[in-house]
Amino acid sequence: MSLLWGLLWGLAAVMLIAGGAIIGVWWERKVAGRVQMRYGPQQIGPAGSLQMIADVPKLLFKEDIVPEGADEPLFRYAPLAVFAPAAMSLAVVPFAAGWAPFDSTVGALFFLAVPSISVIGILLSAWASHNTFAALGGLRAAAQMVSYEVPRSLSVLSVIVLAGTLRPTDVMAAWEWWWIPLTFVGFLVFLISSIAEMNRGPFDIPEAESELVAGYFADYSGIRWAVFMMGEYGALIATSLFGAAFFFGGHRLLPGVGGIVAMVVVACAIITVVMWVKWTFPRLRADQLMAFCWKVLTPVALVQLLVAGVVAAWL
Amino acid sequence: MTGQAEACGVDAHLLQTGDELVVNIGPSHPSTHGVCRVIVHLDGEIVTHAEPVIGHLHRGIEKMAENRTYLQVVPLTDRLDYVGSMYANWAYCRAVERLAGIRVPERAEYIRVVMCELQRIASHMMSIGSTGADTGATSAFIYAFNQREQVVDLFEAVCGARLTYNYVRPGGVSFDLPDGWIEQCRAFTRSHPSAMVEIDKLLFGNVIARQRLKGIGVLPAEEAIARGVTGPAARGSGVDWDLRRDDSYSVYPRVDFEIPLGENGDAYDRGRVRLWECVESCRIIDQALAQIEEGPIKAEGLPRLLAPRPGEAYDHIESARGSLGVYLVSDGSVRPYRMHVRSPAFQNLSVLGYLAEGHTLSDLVVILGSLDPVFGEVDR
Repeated sequence: MSLLWGLLWGLAAVMLIAGGAIIGVWWERKVAGRVQMRYGPQQIGPAGSLQMIADVPKLLFKEDIVPEGADEPLFRYAPLAVFAPAAMSLAVVPFAAGWAPFDSTVGALFFLAVPSISVIGILLSAWASHNTFAALGGLRAAAQMVSYEVPRSLSVLSVIVLAGTLRPTDVMAAWEWWWIPLTFVGFLVFLISSIAEMNRGPFDIPEAESELVAGYFADYSGIRWAVFMMGEYGALIATSLFGAAFFFGGHRLLPGVGGIVAMVVVACAIITVVMWVKWTFPRLRADQLMAFCWKVLTPVALVQLLVAGVVAAWL
Repeated sequence: MTGQAEACGVDAHLLQTGDELVVNIGPSHPSTHGVCRVIVHLDGEIVTHAEPVIGHLHRGIEKMAENRTYLQVVPLTDRLDYVGSMYANWAYCRAVERLAGIRVPERAEYIRVVMCELQRIASHMMSIGSTGADTGATSAFIYAFNQREQVVDLFEAVCGARLTYNYVRPGGVSFDLPDGWIEQCRAFTRSHPSAMVEIDKLLFGNVIARQRLKGIGVLPAEEAIARGVTGPAARGSGVDWDLRRDDSYSVYPRVDFEIPLGENGDAYDRGRVRLWECVESCRIIDQALAQIEEGPIKAEGLPRLLAPRPGEAYDHIESARGSLGVYLVSDGSVRPYRMHVRSPAFQNLSVLGYLAEGHTLSDLVVILGSLDPVFGEVDR
């Protein structure tokens, strides 16, 4: 029974991410257009909203190219190893009071640990592509994603310290409104390190199009490339929902069904900020990125954790 | 990786370098500004050796010129520096005029100055925009292109073309300014400086962009002179050399303008020199438009087929990339005996390996962009 349940939820998560990616790509193009004094898509459907519906069949019908010299099985299945962790991390998001698809006692730890599996998928794709650009991108991704795990985990830890539990639904039950100002710095650290974790601009160094063209997925085409993009948007959706829950109270903001709406609205706002940042800033260099992680984000996250710890002990 | 490198033509012995990774960038790559190919030796992310390989856009324009009449060569010069076609037009026409002893009417000289300063803005916008794109700031690219687009619209109104103008002709220019054009141009020069201030804040004021551009690819002034670097690439290092002032030509002595100089010779200074040159170009255009008078736009009594007396001539102008010179030899026939182009982009590109050594791969594309090569002119 639980296996069937798990399969159903897996399917629901994939559908959610696929739908979210379709809306997300459209929204991102609209945000980018607004930032850049242009319109973005506007021809297909109202305000270009059906553009992605047209793009998905295009991606499906494209030739599935495996480059010569590539390690074929690894090359074919590496995108799944990037996509699956993003879908899995959605499972522990506390959507409503006392309810998460997979309500684990170590849900917060699960959320922090599982997305880092995607670095294995990235390394596999980089290695399997048999391409110098992909190899460089893969190595950059490995260094970056492993490093940014640290401030990301520390920032979430400050909320966990306040709540005194790792179970996301219990964290939501313990949540108080004044945690928002108290953990806001932690939220910023969480947001920045999540952007780096997702390889999005301005931290998209592993796939830097002006240097490495597309880095680890330079050789991918068609639907396998789309799976990489879905992984990226899936991570974005999971991160924003989780951030909205832990740092902004999620469904506790409004009573009843309004709570879920409030959580989705906050998550959409976070997604929009992430897109806005991407289209505003230039890209950091790999060494500057690491320096920023270890010299700025990690100490700030530690201070935030200390503050949260002192407050939690004092209460 | 061996197979890939061989397929790209990298010699096998280059790969036998121990821990170094040899990466072949280009000729088709988003940030090579055309068809540059650079063979990069990497130690991790650090560039130990970078070698530009040129010739992918060689069309033999200098040789083709020998089989065309003097007027027919003008469209060929459009294809040299396709981001700044007006310059090559003008440099070639000046050489022809010197060879044949043609006097150009004053109005035509003013129009040429206005066009070439507009061209400087258009070309620098491309360069600044791609500095943004190279560092990942695609929005700065769009903001710069918005400005370039307005210039290109002005060109289109005058000569009907948006890229290869074929506008400056031996003895004058091909069309007079259309009605209302001067007002349209003035409206642009009024709005452009504030747009430059905006881009300065947006791109060069951004904390990440400063980190990415400052101290990257430092070119000392002596090195710039020794390696024949000219234009904004040299002025970014503080080399106070601009042909518009130091070997003044056309009506430049009658207009007042500053020459922006950098101090550190890094990618940041080179970029900002270009930015402020655009503001100075607006000043030059305003003054030229105020001084311009009615009159002919082509020299009177030119023969349909020019056949200059045997001899040689060289003339140079300050293009957006530096000193652009054209050398012409006539044997008395209707076709040039020999044409050679002194290309600033070629000279500037030659310092790429020197500048890139010791920087990371990410910096290499920034350095390449800050030298602003246009491969139509490098390869000719």
